[in-house]
Amino acid sequence: MSELDIHDLKVSIEGKQILNGVNLNVKQGEVHAIMGPNGTGKSTLAYTLMGHPSYTVNSGSATFKGQNLLDLAVDERSRLGLFLAFQYPVSIPGVTVANFLRTAVNARRKALNPEDKGIAIPEFRKLLMEKMSILKMDSSFAGRYLNEGFSGGEKKRAEVLQMAILQPEIAILDETDSGLDIDALRIVSEGVNLLRSQNIGVLLITHYQRMLNYIKPDVVHIMMGGAIVESGGADLALHLEEQGYDWVREKYENGTPSVN
Amino acid sequence: MTDNSVVITRSKSTQVEDQFALTPVFSDGLGQLNQYQQQAWEVFKTLPYPSDTQEAWRRTSIRALKLGKLQLAGSNTNSQIPAELTKPLTDDLHGGEILFNGSQVTIELDEKLARQGVVFTDLRHAQTEHPEILSKVLQASKTYSEDKFAALAAAFGSNGVLLYIPKNVTVEKPLHSLFWTAGEGSLHAFQVFVFLEENSSATYVHESASAESKQGQNLHAALMDVKVGPNSKLNFVELQSLSSRDWNFTHEKVSVDSDAEVDWIFGALGSHLTKNFSDLNLVGRGSTGKMSGFFFTNGDQHLDHDTQQNHLAPNTTSDLLFKGALLGESRSVWQGMIYVAENASKTDGYQANRNLVLSDKARADSIPGLEILTDDVRCTHGATVGKLDTDQVFYLESRGIPRKEAEKLIVEGFFDPIMQRIPFEGVRKRFQNAIEQKMREY
Ligand SMILES: Nc1ncnc2c1ncn2[C@@H]1O[C@H](COP(=O)(O)OP(=O)(O)OP(=O)(O)O)[C@@H](O)[C@H]1O
Ligand SMILES: [Mg+2]
Repeated sequence: MSELDIHDLKVSIEGKQILNGVNLNVKQGEVHAIMGPNGTGKSTLAYTLMGHPSYTVNSGSATFKGQNLLDLAVDERSRLGLFLAFQYPVSIPGVTVANFLRTAVNARRKALNPEDKGIAIPEFRKLLMEKMSILKMDSSFAGRYLNEGFSGGEKKRAEVLQMAILQPEIAILDETDSGLDIDALRIVSEGVNLLRSQNIGVLLITHYQRMLNYIKPDVVHIMMGGAIVESGGADLALHLEEQGYDWVREKYENGTPSVN
Repeated sequence: MTDNSVVITRSKSTQVEDQFALTPVFSDGLGQLNQYQQQAWEVFKTLPYPSDTQEAWRRTSIRALKLGKLQLAGSNTNSQIPAELTKPLTDDLHGGEILFNGSQVTIELDEKLARQGVVFTDLRHAQTEHPEILSKVLQASKTYSEDKFAALAAAFGSNGVLLYIPKNVTVEKPLHSLFWTAGEGSLHAFQVFVFLEENSSATYVHESASAESKQGQNLHAALMDVKVGPNSKLNFVELQSLSSRDWNFTHEKVSVDSDAEVDWIFGALGSHLTKNFSDLNLVGRGSTGKMSGFFFTNGDQHLDHDTQQNHLAPNTTSDLLFKGALLGESRSVWQGMIYVAENASKTDGYQANRNLVLSDKARADSIPGLEILTDDVRCTHGATVGKLDTDQVFYLESRGIPRKEAEKLIVEGFFDPIMQRIPFEGVRKRFQNAIEQKMREY
């Protein structure tokens, strides 16, 4: 079984430490939500796990499927089964969604078998159209340049489309709900749930309860000052929605992490 | 003690160190081609070499070119043409093909086209078989007086291409010519004349390519003079894949008459150094010109494209997009000017140059320019020089695409808008292969 295990992870960017000892364990089939005020390091955690070159790991560990994640190249992490749906996906002018995804699928096949000739175009088209229809995306998106001129919601949908095609074992969704209209939120959540039924593990970063209504979390974590300071069941998110973060701040004296 | 040694500083304007010592051979002094060459030779003798004090040559130095060492290309300089270069560039077979290989020339033209009066031949044959047409194009061409290298191309260019499309003739299948050269330390000169009469159309692909040699410098001088008659349409594709020892100087002029259209595509991958002058002259009311260029340099290549979009009549439209990527210690210069004459009202001019600099040691200069002498025009331009974006690379890698492939994908994406403007699968394929090959160096 796939498992993402993070232990006392300390990370800085531009010499400034943002993560001050994160502990987290996500198993395949589980949904963990991470909530927390702006700027507490949620995206930093996501980027670090995926291997963005701007972040420096000072200490601690992150293992995935028993392998030291931090030793792996970005593309290797992905092919091992980790996925990050970006909070702010970049656009790649000139590269169509279809071309990009076919390249990504073929990279996986080639890693398994260097002799692989790549997925047949009709087979790929079928796969792409099927996943796009689940996410209610117009087929014209296949021919559009990746994220170029996409609306906020369209970008988020495209992230989930990529996830649906690449079939990861653990997916980090960084504010995938923000920017989605009410219908889109439901469609995208259903898309995630479909993968969940195939036993995917999810680390869902969000500010709001609304996506959690569709994707029921097993655990809700509160992140503050670069550490997980509080963990609880699904009702913790509801509690936060009502009460805000003040009580957490008071409890942990401006984000000083608790010793657990 | 004072130091009395004399310091000699070399004058800045001395561009060429040693002198060019060749003289053209006028084999049949009476022919009109020789007469034209002789005129060009007289002009050549009066013109100075370009100097880096001139704006057009400020960024492209020819100091290292050893003119004195050049030999006339001998007749023994023909060599095997790589099969890739003669492959058709579209699904359609060629309507005609001319291959220049040293002193050998092979000419093919669809009989049906020949019967319609289409002329697609070399200048030598044109002189005997189509003297009136040759005379018409030669007399109209004064491009050789532009500068030293233009004159050189004409004076030594004892052969070249003549393409002539008569009135009301539409040529569907593309016509292709290849100027293939080989040799060490040789001078190659070449000329292309294209003339489309009224209400005609054609697609013409010309390529200059050469074999890699072990030593020496080759000088390539070419001159192209193209006229698109009223209400006619020309697709003109030029590819340049010269060897890394070639110094390449080209002067090109396309003149477009009333309601006529040119779609002009440049692809440059080769040569050690290139200085290319390309002028689009929109001389007739309602004429349109599109110029699309792509280049990819590596090693110590230096490519300089100097473009001119001249709006010389009302209601004219021009649209230029040049895109280049650079590796190694290579350099590129794009210098473009949109000129709108006083009488050219209701003109729409556009130019953009985008560069992707893939190495810290490479450099791209991008110099757009506008000179507008009338109101009621719309002219816009843009120029950018950028690097490979690390966030884009990361994004692709995060989907399992290995670094090298991610970078290649982004570079291909960068060129995609220009590829979209090229209606030839074969040309796109060639360029894609070149990207693949050059990106191995990244
Ligand atoms: N390049 C950088 N240089 C300096 N500080 C940075 C840099 N990038 C991020 N940070 C800082 O790191 C902190 C954590 O940012 P992060 O994006 O992880 O927050 P977040 O919890 O995801 O916030 P949000 O809820 O707003 O998305 C912020 O204070 C941010 O300003
Ligand atoms: Mg964030």
